[in-house]
Amino acid sequence: MVAHLVRLKLTLLRNGFRRSPWQLVGVILGGLYALGLLAMLITGLFFLSYTDPATARTAVILGGAAAFVGWALIPLVAFGVDMTLDPARFVTFAVPMPQLLAGLAVGGVLGIPGIITLLAALGQAAAWWQHPAAMIAAVPCAVLAVLTAVVLSRLTTSATTALASSRRFKDASGVIAIVPLVLLGPISFGIMEGLRSSQDFLPVLADTLSWTPLGSIWAVPGDLATGSWGAAAAKLAISLLALAVLAWLWKLSLARALVTPAHNAVASRKAGNLGLFARVPATPAGAVAARALTYWLKDPRYGASLIVVPLIPVVMFFGVSQAGDLTPMLWLGPILAFLLAFSISADISYDNTAFALHLAAGVSGLADRTGRAAACALFALPATVLAAVIPVALMGRWELLPAVLGLSLGTLLSGLGLSSVVSARYTYNVPLPGESPFKTPPGSGVRMMVVQCLGMVALVLLVLPEGLLALAFVLTGQPLWGWLALAVGVVLGSVLLAAGLRIGGRWYDRRGPELLQAVSVNK
Amino acid sequence: MAAHEPALSIRGLAKAFGGKIAVNGVSLDVPAGSFYGLVGPNGAGKTTTLSMATGLLRPDYGQVVVHGVDVWSQPLQAKRLMGILPDGVRLFDRLTGEQLVTYAGLLRGMDRQTVAGRVADLLRALDLAKDAGTLVVDYSAGMTKKIALASALIHAPRLLVLDEPFESVDPVSAANIRDILHNYVDSGGTVIVSSHVMDLVQRMCDHVAVIAGGHVLAAGTVDEVRAGESLEDRFVELVGGRNQAEGLEWLRTS
Repeated sequence: MVAHLVRLKLTLLRNGFRRSPWQLVGVILGGLYALGLLAMLITGLFFLSYTDPATARTAVILGGAAAFVGWALIPLVAFGVDMTLDPARFVTFAVPMPQLLAGLAVGGVLGIPGIITLLAALGQAAAWWQHPAAMIAAVPCAVLAVLTAVVLSRLTTSATTALASSRRFKDASGVIAIVPLVLLGPISFGIMEGLRSSQDFLPVLADTLSWTPLGSIWAVPGDLATGSWGAAAAKLAISLLALAVLAWLWKLSLARALVTPAHNAVASRKAGNLGLFARVPATPAGAVAARALTYWLKDPRYGASLIVVPLIPVVMFFGVSQAGDLTPMLWLGPILAFLLAFSISADISYDNTAFALHLAAGVSGLADRTGRAAACALFALPATVLAAVIPVALMGRWELLPAVLGLSLGTLLSGLGLSSVVSARYTYNVPLPGESPFKTPPGSGVRMMVVQCLGMVALVLLVLPEGLLALAFVLTGQPLWGWLALAVGVVLGSVLLAAGLRIGGRWYDRRGPELLQAVSVNK
Repeated sequence: MAAHEPALSIRGLAKAFGGKIAVNGVSLDVPAGSFYGLVGPNGAGKTTTLSMATGLLRPDYGQVVVHGVDVWSQPLQAKRLMGILPDGVRLFDRLTGEQLVTYAGLLRGMDRQTVAGRVADLLRALDLAKDAGTLVVDYSAGMTKKIALASALIHAPRLLVLDEPFESVDPVSAANIRDILHNYVDSGGTVIVSSHVMDLVQRMCDHVAVIAGGHVLAAGTVDEVRAGESLEDRFVELVGGRNQAEGLEWLRTS
């Protein structure tokens, strides 16, 4: 039975690759990246042990405890990260509980996060190469640690199955989880600052953690290396006990999840609230715009990219203010404009087969393109203007405003035109409607990256005129060049937008059924 | 225009997916004002045929004409005449039921007053009024089917193409939907439904076509096709593949 579950997991993994060679390329690239990080980590530990075993011990304990926390919490916020062995799918099979537990645990290790964690845990043995006993002990400890991590994550998954089946919770957690990810830079910088000012704090924290289940298993080899045999034995006992308790809790919650099918009670609501549909012009393009805007607000896949918008200035400001020079902040407008304009380039992919309604209703390509671009422009335009004005205001250099604004608006308008063409031609594998914004099918990122890079190159060419004028202004300091950049940005941008809507619309009219075919492959 | 011009005329329609032939030369005439059933086993090519007939899937060969308008050379005009309920596609399910049907109406270029009035009528007729403000993603399977049907009816098409319209719909709603469809046919509309519930097709439709393996095996009025037998027996006879009840001797409880 255990072998069956493991084989099921491997088959699912392999079949996933078989559907698209791009996925395989993506996984290989991702794997190489992770392996590179891993090699650096192990080399670091190796050299650290040369100079300072105590520091190596602290690093291993803290890193290990962080890994445990990650394994426990990530399934909570990122639903569908790896639900291939979701307990809910085994409800109808009469698999004996012990075998189901063992199979799910081993299946959980197989998969990129599990394998990387295992390799990293085994790699810590390198830190103890001067102490043979500690190095040998590190291997079983690593296996035990990974098992604990997997059981921990399975426990949170099965304990929150009921919660996870609520759509509202899924939607909210998917969007909110983006915030710490985007702010990773500032947050880790803050932590580093804190650490620098309290260097003595870390060893103390590590020592404390080493007596808790979070750090105990990671501390065993280090304690052996420093000769504290008693402490090592005690910590091993703590770890084993913790694993047993976790496994028991997991068994309980799994048993409960298996007999409590997911349900989703929603209060029904009467008619009368058309929302945005009551506020747009009653034309096909207006309806498309209302629908797209409703999705920006209600679909977590769009919400996730919307919530990034106010965070980007924060991240940039943080990075720039370290150096004390705000000049790079002037790029905020064009960068934000590019991101917002390009965010609609995968619009039809996001629709998935719901796009059939547009096709069945015979919406003209121009109306479809116009509606989607208008929905994006409605918030992207004010956001871009603000992003152009705020840095200039912060620096108090208003003479820069026309050039910056011209480049920003030019980028936004030309970008919207470009996106309107791109999304009528290319579709990507994106998270399906209702899935977590995190659940990118593995490897799909590569194709998206290629299209985005090409798009960026094309956009740079499209905004070259206003870019050159802005450059001329910077070089000469003649205000005339700045004003020319603004005029060209707005006029040329509008022309390119109109052209993009038309060309994209014509492609859409010609290739509607093919687009539907392309998005229906991803399901 | 001839009075007996068919509502839908399909000629030599064929489609292959990566070497596997799904539809192999299907020709059908659906008379105007008929209630036409399309039956066939799973994988017979019903959905593929209907997708090509409605302009959702480009055929490799063949021609489709709706009330004299060629679907693949004048798609926008043809789609105005058709109401389509595709099977197995998603809906814009982050809209409320009311918003979704309104959206379908506005997409077709209808004016706001007409849309609002028809949406209210449709929601009432399909027994969805009390859930009109609920997001479609929170609907049950049957409610989802009904709201999709409402989206197909909103522009009062002359031809309705419904792929598996009764799947997971409760008996009461199914009866209501049948009434709506019968009224629609009585007032001159044409309906094509695909189904694999023979009994339902025999009671509801006046014409039927049997499709299997991408071919039309029989087509005509229900009485012609069933030739005195029940439609179900006739269907099994035509399609074949019936296993005699042997080989599962172990599946006996006594």
